Amino acid sequence: MSAAAYLRCFLGIVYRELLRFVHQRGRFIAALVRPLVWLIVFAAGFRMALGVAISPPYKTYILYEIYIVPGLIGMIQLFNGMQSSLSMVYDRELGSMRVLLVSPLPRWFLLLSRLAASTLVSIVQVYAFLFLAWAYGIRLPYGNALLLLPALFLTGLMLGSMGLLLSSLIKQLENFAGVMNFVIFPMFFLSSALYPIWRIKEGSPLLAQLATFNPFTYAVEMIRFSFYGQVNVHAVAVTLGVTAILLALAILGYNPARGMMARKRTTEA
Amino acid sequence: MAYRLKTATALIGALVLAMAVPAHAEKIFVSNEQDNTVSVIDGDSLEVVDTINVSRRPRAMALSNDKKYLFVAGGDDEAVDMIDIATHELVQTLSSGPDPEVIRVDPNRPYIYISNEDDNIVTVIDYEKRTRVTEIPVGVEPEGIGISPDGRWVVNTTETTNMAHFIDTEEMRVTQNVLVDARPRHAEFKHDGSEVWVSSEIGATVSVIDMDKFEIKHTINFDVPGVTRESVQAVGVELSSDGKRAYVALGPSNRVAVVDQETYEVLDYVLVGQRVWHLALDTAEKRLFTTNGVSGDVTVIDVETNEPQVSIPVGRFPWGVIVVE
Repeated sequence: MSAAAYLRCFLGIVYRELLRFVHQRGRFIAALVRPLVWLIVFAAGFRMALGVAISPPYKTYILYEIYIVPGLIGMIQLFNGMQSSLSMVYDRELGSMRVLLVSPLPRWFLLLSRLAASTLVSIVQVYAFLFLAWAYGIRLPYGNALLLLPALFLTGLMLGSMGLLLSSLIKQLENFAGVMNFVIFPMFFLSSALYPIWRIKEGSPLLAQLATFNPFTYAVEMIRFSFYGQVNVHAVAVTLGVTAILLALAILGYNPARGMMARKRTTEA
Repeated sequence: MAYRLKTATALIGALVLAMAVPAHAEKIFVSNEQDNTVSVIDGDSLEVVDTINVSRRPRAMALSNDKKYLFVAGGDDEAVDMIDIATHELVQTLSSGPDPEVIRVDPNRPYIYISNEDDNIVTVIDYEKRTRVTEIPVGVEPEGIGISPDGRWVVNTTETTNMAHFIDTEEMRVTQNVLVDARPRHAEFKHDGSEVWVSSEIGATVSVIDMDKFEIKHTINFDVPGVTRESVQAVGVELSSDGKRAYVALGPSNRVAVVDQETYEVLDYVLVGQRVWHLALDTAEKRLFTTNGVSGDVTVIDVETNEPQVSIPVGRFPWGVIVVE
């Protein structure tokens, strides 16, 4: 198979995903409204007008609304990753998945292209959110916005892989509500997205410990450090490792010979 | 070959010179009220490079007119320490009268004006002769002291009397009094000497006093969004020499107000550490250093963007700050 074929296939998948995103205006608005509600309403109540104590990468005191932004960026990507898994379940139910998987190109490539496409969509959402945060007057180092790109791409891949893995496990669309309760909420709340880990520790050392086992914490910290032009090596390593594992499992999950799809088909039959 | 050797030597020479002469050779001295020390921060690395032991309860500091010595008022030891700026050694200790809080140096004479909080007087000492020049009775609980750029006027604020007392330095007595808002803390003259800005801690205002008429020409109020009124307490004041910007430390609101010196309008509030007390601009007036008493650190603000850059941990309860080139 020539490189041109790979490229054509990749572009086709990306185009389809972008087209879906553009057509689903409600999804785009929801993707922006969700973090904005947190930023404007939640952060206003928790403003900590007297400043959040210094913890890296911050070198001085910050307002809570500044602390929460990397977590909200992570939230955008988390929801996008899950929504993309939802659309995979949808595609499977409607049969368009089969059209995709009959392509002569290797399955891992098709899945990776699908992941890259959904990550791209999440990155568009993140930058739109940052634009609105800037317009609202949140004082962030916007000059470093482009430095976020590698971290956003990696986070998008990790959360997308997780979504992909989940979609290989979910039988029906209705089960997605479960994903919401058992995946999105615990991942988001039990991380450093909303409060620094030391703050969680003050309330419950056990929860703080759990948060350090949550890969989403590392993705958020990776984004937070990138925003200040720094690399948090530990966070990047954990995110990379978790991405590799989730991706491998997802590809395995979509393997008709060995994965969940095969098992599912057997049970359905 | 000879040319190459010459170029290499020149390059190495330039490199050595660049390493030996840092861009700012500034030192920032910070008095730590509860540690009985003065922290020395390097202006380039923004790290504490030395800690000097001084008399107990050090608060205000001032520089000698030749900029060779730093004076530190030690409240509980009734002393003013004289520290060599180059070596950080204590040169001598001068007797100050009871509970010295704020000190200022006369720009024309080797005199230090000291507010003696417990005795309701301003003591004047000669730091060269090590003698007491005079004592000037003022109101109750004297605190802030400001001196006009020409040295003609010393203004002293008294916390309980709520007044700014103007001392004529030729006669060494109070000739004018101006009533200001509750608990006046600090007095700072405009660099052209036309105004003196007096901050009131409980009143949470800055009274701008006209030096021709000795009356308040404007009162600046502060309202920090999201912070209770009680937390806003005006303390330290710093005025830029170009007559454009003023900075007011707002105590437990953890904010420094940026004020337009010409229109008296508050332009911005900058978040710093807890209970910000005093302020100092660096010599280029590009950075502002703030002492944050409760959090025990010094925040550095970029004056062009009004963005806080970094907070440097110092000792317990940092009170005063002074920048020396």
